[in-house]
Amino acid sequence: MANEILAEQISSEYKYGFVTDIEADNAPKGLNEDIIRFISKKKNEPQWMLEYRLKAFKYWLTLEEPNWAHVSYIKPNFQDIIYYSAPKPKVQLNSLDEVDPELLKTFEKLGISIEEQKRLSGVESRIAVDIVMDSVSVKTTFKETLSEKGIIFCSFGEAVQEHPELVKKYMGSVVPYTDNFYAALNSAVFTDGSFCYIPKGVRCPMELSTYFRINASGTGQFERTLIVADEDAYVSYLEGCTAPMRDENQLHAAVVEIVTHKNAEVKYSTVQNWYPGDKNGKGGIFNFVTKRGVCLEDNSKISWTQVETGSAVTWKYPSVILKGDNSIGEFYSVALTNNHQQADTGTKMIHLGKNTRSTIISKGISAGFSNNSYRGLVRIAKGASNARNFSQCDSLLMGDKCGAHTFPYIEIKDKSAIVEHEATTSKIGEDQLFYCKQRGIDNEKAIGLIVNGYCKEVLNKLPMEFAVEAQKLLSVSLEGSVG
Amino acid sequence: MMLSIKNLHASIGGKEILKGINLEIKAGEVHAIMGPNGSGKSTLSSVLAGREDYEVTEGSVIFNGKNLLELSPEDRAREGLFLAFQYPIEIPGVSNVNFLKTAINEIRAYKGLEPMEAKDFLARLKEKQKLVELDGKLANRSVNEGFSGGEKKRNEIFQMAMLDPCLSILDETDSGLDIDALRIVAGGVNKLKSKDNATIVITHYQRLLDYIVPDVVHVLFNGKIVKTGSKELALELEEKGYDFIKEEIGA
Ligand SMILES: Nc1ncnc2c1ncn2[C@@H]1O[C@H](COP(=O)(O)OP(=O)(O)O)[C@@H](O)[C@H]1O
Ligand SMILES: [Mg+2]
Repeated sequence: MANEILAEQISSEYKYGFVTDIEADNAPKGLNEDIIRFISKKKNEPQWMLEYRLKAFKYWLTLEEPNWAHVSYIKPNFQDIIYYSAPKPKVQLNSLDEVDPELLKTFEKLGISIEEQKRLSGVESRIAVDIVMDSVSVKTTFKETLSEKGIIFCSFGEAVQEHPELVKKYMGSVVPYTDNFYAALNSAVFTDGSFCYIPKGVRCPMELSTYFRINASGTGQFERTLIVADEDAYVSYLEGCTAPMRDENQLHAAVVEIVTHKNAEVKYSTVQNWYPGDKNGKGGIFNFVTKRGVCLEDNSKISWTQVETGSAVTWKYPSVILKGDNSIGEFYSVALTNNHQQADTGTKMIHLGKNTRSTIISKGISAGFSNNSYRGLVRIAKGASNARNFSQCDSLLMGDKCGAHTFPYIEIKDKSAIVEHEATTSKIGEDQLFYCKQRGIDNEKAIGLIVNGYCKEVLNKLPMEFAVEAQKLLSVSLEGSVG
Repeated sequence: MMLSIKNLHASIGGKEILKGINLEIKAGEVHAIMGPNGSGKSTLSSVLAGREDYEVTEGSVIFNGKNLLELSPEDRAREGLFLAFQYPIEIPGVSNVNFLKTAINEIRAYKGLEPMEAKDFLARLKEKQKLVELDGKLANRSVNEGFSGGEKKRNEIFQMAMLDPCLSILDETDSGLDIDALRIVAGGVNKLKSKDNATIVITHYQRLLDYIVPDVVHVLFNGKIVKTGSKELALELEEKGYDFIKEEIGA
């Protein structure tokens, strides 16, 4: 219920400002080579980029939509989607102050409070933000502060223009367009996203953050994120997502690629709150995302932390390829489903290098009529000696109409590997709830406390300001679901 | 009168457990309720605390002038009723401190008060920890998770001290405590005693009553209070066992 109220507030923002301008910059519905050329032209892209798109498109045409995930939905009609929509205001925005205050309010409500961070910390803010609205990047903050350190943080479109050598080198190196159906589609039609490069020896002094927002109706969002940490570099990257409440299902098919060189570390945190549909399962975002990182060289580390509360259907496996020796991959996840939401999410840890280590902590929470699946692959390749993995997959059920499923896949080709897997399923206890009530805490607050306690190991991995918002989000998403 | 229970009948799953309880408690008093296993002591405390599994079929309970049975469990707590559970519940991942802060502020909000200042909360935390000699580490650990039986009981009294209730019901708080822990817990309860609050001590051993001296002792048997007396009644029970009660009432 609160989800709807929240979503309503979000959608109502769009009575103002942007909406009038959106119409002007839409591509016509449908998908064909002309549309791809249109997008590429709109973005003033070089020939190589257009060719990459067209190759991906041709490949995509040969594919069928996958259906192995434990979810069921009516497949999107790809000819009924608008692939390019730019909320381009007539007046160019020069500073954050010129951004629609209603939009800023929305971001603030959902945890990405640029205003507040600016106010609290002045110029030396610890968070730089890129906002991607529908198809294009609206605003990247603190670019100058970052560029002093040689850090590149800009929209993907800008990177194609200004750093083509980096984009060419890394784009598709982790998730090639041949990877899967949605990766191919994204490679053909992606419109924007974020790009981040941390040069050798630089620790990024602030959190970098991208805020994704689907706004216009009838559109899909296909953004790409590419993060490269060169030798000895470090960055913590945050991603937030929201969408207004709409009756239709909207498709979000993103690709995120991370590359770490020697001794480098990337922490990638997501709080995903796409509109989940109403309580009868009408509307909501289809979130079909390919996220993968490669620890390309020795002693590097990639961690994924995600809190997933939104989307009607989620299909997402942030993964790490542990190529360098002694590299580390981590996956910390909370996936909450309520009402008629369906989530099939997990990770893949592919151990190729020696002494590689991976940790998987997955906390699923199912309420209402929802279905929540963990799907995880741990593969230890031949020659990946002394590889270690620890996996823990917990499921918490609220009520008896929802489902929790665990699909662990373990492939071990090297005898020296140590792989541990633990799984538990529990129900939120009447005894726990009564105990809280006896201390003066009402049902909703008690559920919030218990659920946040259950997720603590994962929430602790989030940067402070994100953790607080994630906690609130979990409570809000469960309101009215028990008792 | 702080608490007035009249002809209280309650059942669970269609089975009647409480069969007409009458009990009156004034501010400043300590009442002990004794009785053999299965006589309905925990049922009485659960019904008073508002556990929904039980159905009250007859009778009334007035607490500080309010109809207790009409209040939700959380409102009963906010009105100042505290139950130290016979089997305290574990809440993984929720620190004792966070749990208590939430509880205190919920109770304050009910009374129209602002959330407690952080420094006041910390001061109270420190003071009350000392009262029950609770290890500082326990306060920061998850609620009851991995606590020994004795630590759980001590934690109940710590929570009671933090929440400063008007009426406390201690359900077999003595069970599972060694003699030192028993002395500490009893000492804490005694220090918290005032002319404005009252305590119901449920136990089936008289041992605890050497430390927490009751003003009145009741014997609960088969869902009814069959005998009420002074603290000497507890000694008599200890000496003769519950059989003499059975004989007296002709059961
Ligand atoms: N959930 C329940 N379902 C059925 N009977 C119960 C339940 N809980 C308690 N009882 C019964 O109620 C009676 C009183 O139990 P209880 O109040 O726990 O006694 P005491 O605390 O005095 O040992 C016992 O006969 C017990 O078996
Ligand atoms: Mg009992």
